[in-house]
Amino acid sequence: MLSIRNLHASVEAKQILKGLDLEVKAGEVHAIMGPNGSGKSTLGNVLAGREAYEVTAGEVLLDGKDLLELSPEDRAREGVFLAFQYPVEIPGVSNINFLKTALNEVRAYKGLPPLEAKEFLNKVKERQKLVEFDAKLANRSLNEGFSGGEKKRNEIFQLAMLEPKLAILDETDSGLDIDALRIVARGVNQLRSKDNAFIVITHYQRLLDYIVPDFVHVLYNGRIVRSGTKELALELEEKGYDWIKETVDAEGAV
Amino acid sequence: MLDEVATDIMITQVSDSLYTQLIKTYGGNLPSSEPHSLDEIRKQAFERFKSTGFPTVKQEDWKYTNVQPLVNRQHYALDTETLSAAIAIDKAIIPGLDAYRVVMVDGKYNADLSTAKDIPGLSVMPIDQAFERLCFAKYFSEYADKTDNPFVALNTALFTSGLFIEVGKNCQLQKPVHVIHVASASKPSFTQVRNLYVMSTFAEAEIIESFITNEGAAHSLNNTVSEIVVRENAKLQHYYLQVAGSQGNYLNHTEVYQEKHSLYNNYNCSFPGAAFIRNNINVRLGDSEVESHLYGVTLTADNQLVDNHTIVDHRKPHCESYEWYKNITQDTSTAVFNGKIFVRPDAQKTNAFQQNNNMLIGEKSAVYTKPQLEIFADDVKCSHGCTIGQFDNEALFYLQARGISEAQARVLLVHAFAFDVTSRFANAIVREYVEHLVEQGLKAG
Ligand SMILES: Nc1ncnc2c1ncn2[C@@H]1O[C@H](COP(=O)(O)OP(=O)(O)O)[C@@H](O)[C@H]1O
Ligand SMILES: [Mg+2]
Repeated sequence: MLSIRNLHASVEAKQILKGLDLEVKAGEVHAIMGPNGSGKSTLGNVLAGREAYEVTAGEVLLDGKDLLELSPEDRAREGVFLAFQYPVEIPGVSNINFLKTALNEVRAYKGLPPLEAKEFLNKVKERQKLVEFDAKLANRSLNEGFSGGEKKRNEIFQLAMLEPKLAILDETDSGLDIDALRIVARGVNQLRSKDNAFIVITHYQRLLDYIVPDFVHVLYNGRIVRSGTKELALELEEKGYDWIKETVDAEGAV
Repeated sequence: MLDEVATDIMITQVSDSLYTQLIKTYGGNLPSSEPHSLDEIRKQAFERFKSTGFPTVKQEDWKYTNVQPLVNRQHYALDTETLSAAIAIDKAIIPGLDAYRVVMVDGKYNADLSTAKDIPGLSVMPIDQAFERLCFAKYFSEYADKTDNPFVALNTALFTSGLFIEVGKNCQLQKPVHVIHVASASKPSFTQVRNLYVMSTFAEAEIIESFITNEGAAHSLNNTVSEIVVRENAKLQHYYLQVAGSQGNYLNHTEVYQEKHSLYNNYNCSFPGAAFIRNNINVRLGDSEVESHLYGVTLTADNQLVDNHTIVDHRKPHCESYEWYKNITQDTSTAVFNGKIFVRPDAQKTNAFQQNNNMLIGEKSAVYTKPQLEIFADDVKCSHGCTIGQFDNEALFYLQARGISEAQARVLLVHAFAFDVTSRFANAIVREYVEHLVEQGLKAG
């Protein structure tokens, strides 16, 4: 589904991603872990098409299509969804209106007619339940005055509404208490299917107890330096990021 | 010092051709009609105008709004006998609005196109037919002419047309009155229109005014003065919808006087089109327990200038005023906001709020904003603030990342920006119309 090859990206003339490779197949969940500042969010932003990030080399294909050629909105319409590490507050734009606009633009791109008001509302209701997102929040301005946890849950609610092919969750677990974490994880697990894929970016192993990944990768200094199965996450948890840093830096020194 | 001032005026007088034209045409020859009590008012007003001339940017109130090019470079016809050119009012139609309609063509009441007739409690007529009315004698030039706006003096001296509306005691109008001002003259013209609206005690009404330009109309300079009296316990919702074409240049002075326990809400909306717009909206809270709301949405484009000057004048205790203006500037346009709030010594327990927010979209657009609070009472709550910002790129990206096109995302963000104001519109149909005009007026980024 997604294939990233030799991806180099910089922001403000600073090289952040330095040759990243990743293959994600439909039906898989990949976890990306790594110390702060290693480039995890940069990867998410580059995939979603944020302007400030400049790709200097490499390629990204989504089902064979060159993703880097597309505008952010077309990437979303092709099925890429980034759950933001820091969701933006937009006063005056109602959550529901925003979702309806987004959903219908994605549908229009696929040649589908807009959802009937009733269908849309049914879907809202059903998906709200799935991620236990408070109906009151859905009617408020987009993320305005939401707590950190509410914002993260809203990301998952949007994910559930838009049903993307490839979802990238950027530290969706940070700022969530254990109950909220369970709810979010349950939502994600129910949305998993053989046709979609998830990239779960996280700093902590904790989330991976609930969203069990097929693969775990460690990102350090702009590159994936280790890949393995979920046991790698446990090892990381036990030995800490210093272990990665030391071994990788030692390899580099050789 | 005095000499200097005099010299200044001399220069102004010599340089502006409209001034010379007006003095030549009307000096000793002012419009006159029954009752002759008006003659003296006109004479004094003309003297006032003669001594000040047209304002220059040296005057604080006109610092960013230069009328000199308008009064210098163009020769105007002063009396536009409207030839019966086909007048189209479709540009003013508000979808879904059911209203009593009044059409004013170059300031003159057009009976054929107007439908606000024979409605119980509602009197609508050309202003010159109202000269004999008691309330005309009582209110005409009573408030507007106390200001130092030279355009008011000029208007008082020379106007010959305009609109008179009176909503009778206890009358609650079933439908809004939609006044459509059409600029139609085929030669460059200077029009002066004078309106007087009186809301009798316990009356309730909605007046919606649209400004449009007829197909093929020439450049025009329109100097309109509206005097509005909202009597005890009366309520008026008043909308200005400025959708004229680029030939249009407007000076609109609105002077509102409110009596006890009255409500006046003004919604002042300007859109891309008219090259030059200067609104003065002054609200005098003349008694206690008065409530006034001034809302503004200005969306500018091209090289437009829209200047909104407001005065909220708290004269008595226990009154509330609430003012919120939003400007969105594109291209090389300019928006000016100047909001004065006076709280006079008598006006204890005043509650006054003012906010002005600006969104500069055009990198070469400009915004000048100035709140001015003058508070002479001690037990009052007053707040004001202004902000200037651009598109929030984070928000734009967030919306795009959900599949919303950049153009649509911009529309959403501008709606969101205007929301504090549009959400206060009492009339949902007008609100929808205004939101649509905002959408239409936004250029693809
Ligand atoms: N918009 C930006 N402007 C400047 N520096 C940035 C920006 N985004 C990320 N960086 C820098 O890039 C590096 C990687 O950041 P990020 O991808 O956020 O790491 P992570 O998510 O793994 O913590 C950091 O050094 C960070 O300071
Ligand atoms: Mg991060």
